[in-house]
Amino acid sequence: MEGNIGELGQYIGVGLTAFGMGFAALGVGNVAGNFLSGALRNPSAAAGQTATLFIGMAFAEALGIFSFLVALLLMFAV
Amino acid sequence: MISLLQEAVTIAADEHTESVASSVAHGEVETATGLPQLDVTTFANQIFWLIITLLVLYWVVAKIALPRIGSVLSDRQGAMTGDLMAAEEFKLKAKEAEAAYDKALADARSEASKIVAANRAEIQKELDAAIAHADAEIAARTAESEKRIREIRDSADANAREVARDVTAELVRSFGGTVDQAAVDQAVDSRMKGALQ
Amino acid sequence: MATEAHGEATGLSFHPMDQFIVRPLFGDGEVHWYTPTNVTLWMFLIVAATLALLVMGSRGRAIVPTRGQSVAELAYGMVHKMIADIAGKDGLKYFPYVMTLFMFIVFANLLGLLPLAFTVTSHIAVTGVLAAAVIIGVTVIGFVKNGVHFLDLFWIRSAPLAVRPILAVIEVISYFVRPLSLSIRLAGNMIAGHAVIKVFAGFAAIAAVAPVAVVAVVGMYAFEVLVAFVQAYVFTILTCVYLKDALHPSH
Repeated sequence: MEGNIGELGQYIGVGLTAFGMGFAALGVGNVAGNFLSGALRNPSAAAGQTATLFIGMAFAEALGIFSFLVALLLMFAV
Repeated sequence: MISLLQEAVTIAADEHTESVASSVAHGEVETATGLPQLDVTTFANQIFWLIITLLVLYWVVAKIALPRIGSVLSDRQGAMTGDLMAAEEFKLKAKEAEAAYDKALADARSEASKIVAANRAEIQKELDAAIAHADAEIAARTAESEKRIREIRDSADANAREVARDVTAELVRSFGGTVDQAAVDQAVDSRMKGALQ
Repeated sequence: MATEAHGEATGLSFHPMDQFIVRPLFGDGEVHWYTPTNVTLWMFLIVAATLALLVMGSRGRAIVPTRGQSVAELAYGMVHKMIADIAGKDGLKYFPYVMTLFMFIVFANLLGLLPLAFTVTSHIAVTGVLAAAVIIGVTVIGFVKNGVHFLDLFWIRSAPLAVRPILAVIEVISYFVRPLSLSIRLAGNMIAGHAVIKVFAGFAAIAAVAPVAVVAVVGMYAFEVLVAFVQAYVFTILTCVYLKDALHPSH
């Protein structure tokens, strides 16, 4: 198998960005889980906070998407 | 940011000209070389059509769709409040009707009880009269009967006294005595008094 | 380069990014700014779908809604409530634009999930313009409504004086990251979902794993339908949050 060392580094870097997505998944799960445990304690207040839930999930997820973007840039633009 | 991306893309494009050329030479379908999202040559096209689309969409949404849906929703709100008010009115009417019905029922009941009481009083009166009549008749009959009994008893008394006097006179005579009529009467009377009482 | 390298090595052909190529509709040529491309086609379809749902659906103006009309009313009610709850009553002035954004993104995402479709929201150029329009618009509204007081957004008076400069730096950075995260979140979600579906579909060429691949595609597809809606919702709700910041800058 032949190839240059730069390409090898590229692929390793792309693989490493997958960790970023994994941690983003942890973050989103954390948001959803905490929302659920709070909502089960006080169901009457939960309905008004779904918007906040989605905003929190969006922020947590955005950082995972950034790592995906880094992977894309490494794969295709570097 | 954009300029940075552009730089990156132009570098990438330079690097990949060869592979593009080879794939075109193979007669393949056009494939992505690099990320199509970072192909700045198409940005102007996309932005142009996006702006046009957004303007058209904004016009459609703001001028046609939203006023129409908004009016439908407010109409429905109005209809609902109207219907609720009508329902309230009907409920009130129903309550009134129920009250009237209850009142009529109570009236009828009291009327009926009044009639029953009147009838009962009348019957009682008739009954009383009949009983009184019957009592009077019974009393009259009793008195008559008593009178007759007394007459019979009196006549029986007189007869018994006559017989006793006769028998006494005869007994005295057969014993050889003279009959003193007055003494005989007295004796009979004194004896009979106890028996006939 | 990367995709082709894979293809030659294993006999599989993965071209997960091909679906994002902007092509002219008629013939092959250079893509000029005025060329009708597949972007044009799918944006036209978005407008058509919006027309069908919001305008044709509510054509009857029925008091008791038909199916289409109740969906249109649901969308209207959802966005209306979102703005009223988050940005307040004075945010309702911008309801048409927020509704336009929502309808555009939700239909772009959902129509993009059709087989052979082109997803316009998967392009940074498109989402970047959408996000830039929101952020620039919101900033202009903020300065027009509040004047210099709009800068209170960055200078937090409830914090201790010593911390305020640090917070101000953080707030300024987070303010300028907003358009970036707004556009990249949407485009990134769309690119990722579609690319993953394409990669799974590519595995279906191997008979041994084909059933697994098909099941995976179905699962991803269902997830993507959810994501398509949630991303439109998130974009809209964040627009409302930024609008609230512009209308009421004091925290």
